Amino acid sequence: MQAVQRYKLRLERKRFLVRAWRKARDLLLVADRTDQIRRHDLLCFVTLRNEKIRLPYFLKYYRDRGVAHFIVVDNDSDDGTREYLAAQGDCSVWTTPASYKRSRFGMDWINALLREYGHGHWCVVVDPDEFFVYPFCDTRPIPALTDWLESSSIKSFGAMLLDMYPKGPITAQPYSEGQDPFEIACWFDSGNYMIDRNWDFGNLWIQGGPRARLFFSDNPERAPALNKIPLVKWDKSYTFASSTHMLLPRGLNLVFDEWGGEKASGVLLHAKFLDTFTVKAREELERKQHYAGSHEYKAYAAGLQENPNLWCKWSERFINWRQLEILGLMSKGNWA
Amino acid sequence: MSLGFVMMCHTALHRAAQVARHWAERDCPVVVHVDKRVSDPDFTALKGALGDLPNVKFCGRVKCEWGTWSLVAASQTASEMMLAEFPGVRHVFLASGSCLPLRPVEELKAYLAARPRTDFIESVTTEDVEWTVDGLHAERFLLRFPFSWKRHRRLFDGYVELQRKVGFKRKMPDGLVPHLGSQWWCLSRQTLSAILQDPARKAHDRYFKLVWIPDESYYQTLARKYSTHIESRSLTLSKFDFQGKPHVFYDDHLHLLRRSDCFVARKIWPRANRLYDTFLTDQDRGTVMAEPAPGKIDRVFAKALERRTRGRAGMYMHSRYPNPDWENGKTAAPFSVFQGFNDLFENFESWLSRRLGIRVHGNLFDPARVRFAGDADVFAGCLSASAKLRDYNPERFLTSLIWNTRGERQVFQFSPRDRQRIGSSLAWDGNAQISIITGAWAVPLFTSNKDFLTIRKTAAALQKREVDFVNVLRRVQTRADVRVWTLAEFIEEPMENLQSILDAIDGPSGARITEAPRMVDLTGFGQFLQNLKNQGMNPHMTGDFPVELPGLKHRSEDTRPYLVR
Repeated sequence: MQAVQRYKLRLERKRFLVRAWRKARDLLLVADRTDQIRRHDLLCFVTLRNEKIRLPYFLKYYRDRGVAHFIVVDNDSDDGTREYLAAQGDCSVWTTPASYKRSRFGMDWINALLREYGHGHWCVVVDPDEFFVYPFCDTRPIPALTDWLESSSIKSFGAMLLDMYPKGPITAQPYSEGQDPFEIACWFDSGNYMIDRNWDFGNLWIQGGPRARLFFSDNPERAPALNKIPLVKWDKSYTFASSTHMLLPRGLNLVFDEWGGEKASGVLLHAKFLDTFTVKAREELERKQHYAGSHEYKAYAAGLQENPNLWCKWSERFINWRQLEILGLMSKGNWA
Repeated sequence: MSLGFVMMCHTALHRAAQVARHWAERDCPVVVHVDKRVSDPDFTALKGALGDLPNVKFCGRVKCEWGTWSLVAASQTASEMMLAEFPGVRHVFLASGSCLPLRPVEELKAYLAARPRTDFIESVTTEDVEWTVDGLHAERFLLRFPFSWKRHRRLFDGYVELQRKVGFKRKMPDGLVPHLGSQWWCLSRQTLSAILQDPARKAHDRYFKLVWIPDESYYQTLARKYSTHIESRSLTLSKFDFQGKPHVFYDDHLHLLRRSDCFVARKIWPRANRLYDTFLTDQDRGTVMAEPAPGKIDRVFAKALERRTRGRAGMYMHSRYPNPDWENGKTAAPFSVFQGFNDLFENFESWLSRRLGIRVHGNLFDPARVRFAGDADVFAGCLSASAKLRDYNPERFLTSLIWNTRGERQVFQFSPRDRQRIGSSLAWDGNAQISIITGAWAVPLFTSNKDFLTIRKTAAALQKREVDFVNVLRRVQTRADVRVWTLAEFIEEPMENLQSILDAIDGPSGARITEAPRMVDLTGFGQFLQNLKNQGMNPHMTGDFPVELPGLKHRSEDTRPYLVR
């Protein structure tokens, strides 16, 4: 049975690789600067659509933390995102008008580019509204972490998606280009996460936070997954199986300790709930390009109309990574 | 020129060059060994960078591999060169390319000059060693290790296993007692030359070539033979984690390193600019002759080890999700569960809350919603009162609640009317204090205004659930602190029983109960139970209730019925 199971996963991994190769033909090159990539460079892979307002801060955030090159798939933006990225000296950009949904929400494109350019590199794979926080991120860049992971023979690093929200209606404080989104959305839920093991892929399945609390309290099983593995020492045989929630081969998903100890881990601060969200939600509902019939966006649209405030009196205000560590949302593990 | 450094380099050569220059410019000769695996252009570049310094020499290169003889061979070549080329050197300090001096060289020189015959080398007998990670202690010396652990793991393991089975044992060369210790030492010329010029060196080398990790035992063993005064500690601050790899120091360790008063530290992250900038510029420290005190750093790393291997009890997250029974504590803190008390007493929660001075929850596992204290919709950590969210994963709901409220004891009610899935988790949790009055579920039925048929059916169902729960609590695996009374037993001495629970919470010094909770009027309850029996349902969990309860009526009419002095 185990051998059968293993073989099935192997086939699945091959299927994803073939899919990635097939879907990569949708990609049109806009700016190729990949010849600048040096051997030990940290790379960042992003898929996005109409995110120009977020980009200046996003790029700065990751540049400051040691990302050397950005590899971006632009899904048919019409707000100048593509042009903005193409003008950056450390970005390589592809564009495609093809369906986001039919490329498994961008993962086929990213898998293809990872295979092409990520091999042998540490790669950060994030959305433009996800900001990677890891132990000592205020004093050490990401390459310090990856050097340490490498010397410990660790190939992947887990981070939980932590939904951040403002106090009051999300439209009350407009976000301006270049601004730190967590000046506005600086609150989070500290301890309402539901964890289960996914035995097929060996990863943890985490749900909870404000989205489960407010939008999915009647059908928690549909609440979005928050477990992510955004930092991987890539090999061309690897593939993301479902968003950045899980990988194949499945050994990469074992980013948690099963024998009582804590492995080092981080958090992805999720700057989704800004004033830009209402426009985005409306647009995504019309495009119907999101996961499971965009039910998530339907729930938000309904929920936010009823009660546009995600804040409650038990919300925590974000201070720094040490606070998240104390709250048990991430861990230094044995990195000291 | 009393102190010379032997440097073993293989990566981050620009940093090694910086440190070598620092020492050489301060009149300490340096002999550099560069791993043969380093490319020629890189080696030439390093040579060029140090070319202007007459007291920096490069020795013959050996291909180095961790855990093998090659590391000893390299240090031998370099040491020989040091002794031959720099006759003024009295102490030789073995360092690596990722070492960084934390104190001015002058202080180290003065320290060594004050101890001219002392050898600083950690050297302990195999019986006393507990830090070897691979599990091979004495066997390092008794078996042969011809295969690379890194490249041919299977051959390595297989050959070890084979030798164990055959019972193979090597013989130590005469006069040697196996000793182990950190590979970073500082030896006096006398001792080092005695080791290297020993007539029996060939025999020693032949023996140690097949010892496992000889760089941790060669000098450590031989120094015992020749040294007149061994200080069994390393002057190099070097910490190892649970996998046996060295901890790395970063910019944010600056203050920790400075206060350690150690002479040299490794490993330093090559990009820790602030550390290199700070420690490689001359610092004016006045004249301090402090002894190295790595205690604080030890604590930081010991904590890291503890966190990695045992973790924080009761915390479940994306990098700690223990298998059952590996939690080191299922929940974060002690908590109390009361079953049946709020059926028997009126406003039991608010009474208990006043008595304990903390929040007391209602039935957290009520099927309709989570009854948080004060009927809140959201509680600590933003836990929702939604029953569906709770029932989706009740175990995590409970562990989250206890984790989120560390420092404040959680107390809640439980009942056979509640969702029962959490029952076994409660039983297996050593932090749980569970007090049950069995059969108390019959009291609300007794006071309810329902058809007797409904009552009988409900009573049967509730009793079955309670029996199941109590049976779980009576299993040998149960780790909770459990107290069970039948209703009949409990009401014989209600205050003493309550007091015994509270004593267990507060400890014996806790205050006595002064205000009693009010018991529901049980007049006619015996008859009610008799009626159930008459209809074919035996409420045995209530205990032995007489049809008439003498005295009870009188008691419950009293406003402050039973005070315990």
